[in-house]
Amino acid sequence: MKPLNNKAWFMVLPVLVLVAFSAIIPLMTVVNYSVQDTFGNNEFFWVGTEWFQELLTSERFHNALQRTFLFSGLVLLIEIPLGIFIALAMPKRGIGVSICLVLMALPLLIPWNVVGTIWQVFGRVDIGLLGHGLAELGIDYNYTQDIFDAWLTLIVMDVWHWTSLVVLLCYSGLVAIPEVYYQAARIDGASRWAVFRYIQLPKIKRVLLIAVLLRFMDSFMIYTEPFVVTGGGPGNATTFLSIDLVQMAVGQFDLGPAAAMSLVYFLIILLVCWVFYTIMTSYDNDEIGQGRQPNA
Amino acid sequence: MASIKLHEIAHCYNAGKGTGVDYALKPLNQSWDNGGAYALLGPSGCGKTTLLNIISGLLRPSEGRVLFDEKDITDLTTEQRNIAQVFQFPVVYDTLSVAKNLAFPLQNRGLANDVIERRVAEVLQMLGMQAKANLKARGLNADDKQKISLGRGLVRTDVEAILFDEPLTVIDPHLKWQLRTELKKIHQQFQHTMIYVTHDQTEALTFADKVIVMYEGAIVQIGTPEELFEQPKHTFVGKFIGSPGMNVLPCELQGSDIVVNGNKIALGRPVSVSREDSKGLELGIRPEYVKLSADSGIPVDITGVEDVGKHIVVRSKFHNIDVNIILREGEDIPGNPGLIFEPSKINLYQHSYLVGTG
Repeated sequence: MKPLNNKAWFMVLPVLVLVAFSAIIPLMTVVNYSVQDTFGNNEFFWVGTEWFQELLTSERFHNALQRTFLFSGLVLLIEIPLGIFIALAMPKRGIGVSICLVLMALPLLIPWNVVGTIWQVFGRVDIGLLGHGLAELGIDYNYTQDIFDAWLTLIVMDVWHWTSLVVLLCYSGLVAIPEVYYQAARIDGASRWAVFRYIQLPKIKRVLLIAVLLRFMDSFMIYTEPFVVTGGGPGNATTFLSIDLVQMAVGQFDLGPAAAMSLVYFLIILLVCWVFYTIMTSYDNDEIGQGRQPNA
Repeated sequence: MASIKLHEIAHCYNAGKGTGVDYALKPLNQSWDNGGAYALLGPSGCGKTTLLNIISGLLRPSEGRVLFDEKDITDLTTEQRNIAQVFQFPVVYDTLSVAKNLAFPLQNRGLANDVIERRVAEVLQMLGMQAKANLKARGLNADDKQKISLGRGLVRTDVEAILFDEPLTVIDPHLKWQLRTELKKIHQQFQHTMIYVTHDQTEALTFADKVIVMYEGAIVQIGTPEELFEQPKHTFVGKFIGSPGMNVLPCELQGSDIVVNGNKIALGRPVSVSREDSKGLELGIRPEYVKLSADSGIPVDITGVEDVGKHIVVRSKFHNIDVNIILREGEDIPGNPGLIFEPSKINLYQHSYLVGTG
């Protein structure tokens, strides 16, 4: 047996300390809060798993969770195909490339609360270009009162803000495909769809995975924009988990339940990301496994 | 299958942009007989790939017409042309299995499933890849991938010609020979017209019945491997083919004697060189036909000796011109050496083009 050399632990110690301060200690504080109750005055009482039990049976939490899942799902369903489509349509060379890239990057450069404010004003029925314009056309649109309009506004806003990210990622994958693949496809008489299905899609799969994960995480944690545009309303119609969490922690100062909710929230994101990752890479692993079979 | 004819074909990539025509391919006429095995040989950037892409339709020539069996197909797309092309780097459809890769060109052309299955099975057998039929193409090594690229051409029943664009570049050296032999076998069996682009003379000479040597966008010689070796029509061909290439020495002509820097070489019989202009004359002689003798011939300095196994390459210098000599085993380098050229193997060049043979 090799003699163990524990010196390596000292080498990783600085990183460990850094991570402890930036992540582990704050997270543990939340864990600490989640099992205690407080009435202010810095006095805490041990309550065990009470907050978690309460949370998991809470209708408020379930509703917010469902809304958040619905929002993320709709956003992904729209942004991923749309992003791929735009990336495919973008020019591959010439002056158009720079123009398109700059145009695509623009929405990404705008701070979240500014995006929210832009759309909040844009959609207003009294002065907003969109809201007033729709009203003039005789369309009954009011995102502050109508649930459907509120959702529509938020989703269109998110698509406007974040589709660019998917486009840029897919585009980077597409331009990396060597020209010879397209030439071979022409020799093989492949249709446009076959070229997409068997050349382009497999080649951009990896960047697409990153796009899906980023867009899921971001949309699942969305806070600023709905807070600015709808403030969670009308009623609770756009109160997503993050908004609910802030209301609980800051508005009601229920630190214990809020901490428990944070942990559950965090675990859900982790779980869903893991599921996405596993599904999208399982195909790869399968292939590598087959490729490693001994030469027959 | 069809014969392919290129009529006044020329191409420049910057057509219409800027001034001056910069031909990647200078105007040329060339026919390819049905069922022939051709090699396009030349250094990188000489227009080989351009010529190939014009035949397959990936590139539209800026001038001239492409004819298949006397039918003008210049304006037909690649998809309509029934040409198979194998590229330098293997192209496989990663997510498809080997069998599905082979079926791909047939499915795109809407063939019936039973026909596809039969053809795929045949080609799998031809390539010796039955055992790997259901593996994903991504996991395969480079030579199997290249075999699939080739197989996608072979699987089609409508193919007029198969074009190879340096297909063995990424293949391991010991497999190159094997794959080349397989190609040759496939050619003999199916009699497809095959055009094989390469910059490797061994590949060209072993694969093809006819070798076409290209240089700076033009065809400089078409011939059998033997013709290219014995009578290169251009000094470039002489230097490019052979290892080491042909020795080229500036010379003059005096009667029927060749004079190289004051050293007379008796040809023994007259040569026909245009007399109006005797400038730019060069003598070409293969290292195989140069002998070293003691105290006679053209005096040279020996600068190096390389033993390459079956023979010895002697590097020498004659007035700053490199001259290579190939010695057979057992032959020694004499003291005070001189060069003796075999008169019947001397080729005469004027402005790089062959004007007389010894």
